[in-house]
Amino acid sequence: MTTTTNNNILDSILSQVPSGSSFSDLRESSSNFLEKKGLPAIKEEEYKFTSITKKLENSISDFSFAKKSDLNSETVESHVFDAFEGDLLVFNNGSFEKDLSKISNHGYTLSLISDAKPELLGKIAKTEKDPFVALNNIAFEDGVYLKVPKNQKVEKPILLLFLNQSNEGQVIHSRILIEVEDNAAVTFLEDSVSLDDKTYFSNMVTEIKVGQNSQVHYNRLQNESKNTITVNNTETDIHRDAVFTSVLVSLSGDMVRNNLSLNLLDSGCEGNMYGLYLLNGKTHVDNHTNVDHTKPHAQSNELYKGVLADSSRGVFNGKIFVRQDAQKTNAFQQNNNILLSEDAIVNTKPQLEIWADDVKCSHGCTTGQLDEEALFYLRARGLGKEQARGMLLYAFTGEVMDHISDEAFQNHIVNIVQNRLGSNF
Amino acid sequence: MSKDNKILEELTSKDYEHGWSVNLEADEAPIGLNEGIIRWISTKKEEPEWLLEWRLKAFNYWLTMSEPVWANVHYPKIDLQGLRYYSAPKKSNKPKSLDEIDPELLQIYERLGINLNEQKRLQGIAVDAVLDSVSVGTTFKETLSKLGIIFCSFSEAVHEHPELVKKYLGSVVPMTDNYYAALNCAVFSDGSFCYIPTGVRCPMELSTYFRINAANTGQFERTLIIADEGSYVSYLEGCTAPQRDENQLHAAVVEIYAAKNAEVKYSTVQNWYPGDKSGKGGIYNFVTKRGICAGDHSKISWTQVETGSAVTWKYPSCILKGDYSIGEFYSVAVTNNYQQADTGTKMIHIGKNTRSRIVSKGISAGRSQNSYRGQVQVMKRASNARNFSQCDSLLMGDRCGAHTFPYIDIQNPTAKVEHEATTSKIGEDQLFYCNQRGISTEDAVALIVNGYAKEVLNQLPMEFAVEAQKLLALTLEGSVG
Repeated sequence: MTTTTNNNILDSILSQVPSGSSFSDLRESSSNFLEKKGLPAIKEEEYKFTSITKKLENSISDFSFAKKSDLNSETVESHVFDAFEGDLLVFNNGSFEKDLSKISNHGYTLSLISDAKPELLGKIAKTEKDPFVALNNIAFEDGVYLKVPKNQKVEKPILLLFLNQSNEGQVIHSRILIEVEDNAAVTFLEDSVSLDDKTYFSNMVTEIKVGQNSQVHYNRLQNESKNTITVNNTETDIHRDAVFTSVLVSLSGDMVRNNLSLNLLDSGCEGNMYGLYLLNGKTHVDNHTNVDHTKPHAQSNELYKGVLADSSRGVFNGKIFVRQDAQKTNAFQQNNNILLSEDAIVNTKPQLEIWADDVKCSHGCTTGQLDEEALFYLRARGLGKEQARGMLLYAFTGEVMDHISDEAFQNHIVNIVQNRLGSNF
Repeated sequence: MSKDNKILEELTSKDYEHGWSVNLEADEAPIGLNEGIIRWISTKKEEPEWLLEWRLKAFNYWLTMSEPVWANVHYPKIDLQGLRYYSAPKKSNKPKSLDEIDPELLQIYERLGINLNEQKRLQGIAVDAVLDSVSVGTTFKETLSKLGIIFCSFSEAVHEHPELVKKYLGSVVPMTDNYYAALNCAVFSDGSFCYIPTGVRCPMELSTYFRINAANTGQFERTLIIADEGSYVSYLEGCTAPQRDENQLHAAVVEIYAAKNAEVKYSTVQNWYPGDKSGKGGIYNFVTKRGICAGDHSKISWTQVETGSAVTWKYPSCILKGDYSIGEFYSVAVTNNYQQADTGTKMIHIGKNTRSRIVSKGISAGRSQNSYRGQVQVMKRASNARNFSQCDSLLMGDRCGAHTFPYIDIQNPTAKVEHEATTSKIGEDQLFYCNQRGISTEDAVALIVNGYAKEVLNQLPMEFAVEAQKLLALTLEGSVG
């Protein structure tokens, strides 16, 4: 099913993979998969509203891997948000910069994937799941393997700061593997920054294992330049009685595709997904989430909200699978959208696939405008139109931002959102 | 639980009540599908040249298409060359009154509980009974014709009202629409045609009963309903089919055209043979139903109760083109044993201030799979469009599945679109409450299911609601998970 151009992209990326690199099995099986499957074709159901392959063809001229940028500690410092306290991991076009990072190593161990050669790599994010996982498997040069040992609570949050820039090549592959063992707890913050406005394609894979009775929070901000094309695959395995919470705020980019999968592998576990997309210009953000309930007595909650202005486009596809064994499952999903302009588009598909009978599953989905009566109420009390709208939209988005588990990061994101709501809308 | 299982066992093992077959000498086309067969059908039906050309055009287009695979249903590949595309009861002279109708035929209807005479006298329904492919009796035609209403078989309409057929045929469901619609265009045998003139309110429910009779016959009906300005019609369609071992294909097309201020209400009770309890046999039901609210303030309402078919693939849709037009879809889909249903609707909002409402209730039991697949699309110029969708699933037994695939595509900021769905089983506390008050488990389930489906059943005309309730009870009572 692969088209010629599609193959051209693949060929040029694959030709740059250094031979004799480690993980040859993973890379080989991924190559075989991609050879057969190719990058998503135009009418493919999973990429129906997000023709990412076409976007890559049209926007990226040089499929070489981006070289590291020149970075110093001041540049890094300027991109860390205010009042941040905790460990900092800096990535320069996907490569880990040890010297620029601040690592206390307190409560966790950190190593390069190439050194540690973890067994787990490629086991959580399966090759067949998405062509871009396979592509990352083949093309990633190195990444970080972070492990939180048993019974350990990491007190301070860990910030993963991705500094990206087109540099003699426009393709960036980042890879993260997080293994949280039993009875542990940790909070991650992730921020991606574009160093300039040049177009690049970032294809990232994050694999997370949440061990028994552990708690992991993953807070992610996507606020890169208006010209970036991003594909993000985050896959998590959640074990017995563990809780995993993801908060994802997407504010910018040219085309952004996020695949978030929660595999609830045992009973008593809980998966939470919160998402906010606040879009303007021509930004296109596509969130595909997938919750797989495999065992009884597990729970999942999902809330995604979108505000779309100008000619932006928001796509939401939430899948909930409840397998035959997963009796007594509770699964909730909600997607709310507000359209602010004539040219904005929303495509949403909340999908339930239920194979067990003793379950409580529901989903809700709305698309509309701001409540006229609420607006009138505020205006009758002397607020200007813009101010009233800003206030209501902030309240709408606040429900998601409330779930960000680090206060400084929350303030940082709230600030950006408030500025946007005050000026742009 | 063992008692519940026993009840479940008893009910699911109940044989299909309408499963029998009557020998009728059929006037059949040779098995297979090619241009010659289409010419044969067309000649047989003494069709005008333009219709033959239209069929051939559809056939040639169909040859370029491939079978759709996106639906959430699984079945062995259908050998379309192994089917017979035309079969009619051997009665060349058209009956003038019911007395002239083959007594064997009348007997079939009697066993189905729809005595034509009875219905004619007591219920005031004009029944256009379709047995296999040719309609055999049309009642109340005279009463209707006084009002200018045309209600006849499709082939009759082709001969008597070619201008209407020519104008509207394929205008809502184009021959290029999908694989089975194209196939239907090429080989359709007969069906119903209905035209309500300007300003006329049809005084009775128009009804068609379909039956499949001859073995190995794919049935390809075509229904065309045209409601002219300011008119109103309520149309009923019901199906039962005799038991068969071989899978039968049913690929109908229904087109509805509603002009300015017109209202069409289309109700279906579908009870094709669903296969036996091991999943053997049963009808494949691949139907394309679509209506267009072409004029301002027009309204189309679909109500369906689906209990039959081994595989159902059906999405009655509304194109809301006129300003202030309304589309409605009410559905109860019940699947049991190995049945599979992939059904839902499409609401395409094109005009301004258009409204649509979707209420879908799925019930799955046994090892069946029940999917809701719907699309709500608000086009760029459809300001103030409003949609509310509710799709609920009820699961009985731990071997069945319920799936929801709603697509919501909004391109206008003034649209208000809401969708909600729930999946659950009958609560143990609800059953306990009923048991406590002396209501047996079986009755309690019937009570709860009826309450669950009530919102949809209420939309059916009285005569149908009774039948629908019976069907629900027959398929499901006692199926406690």
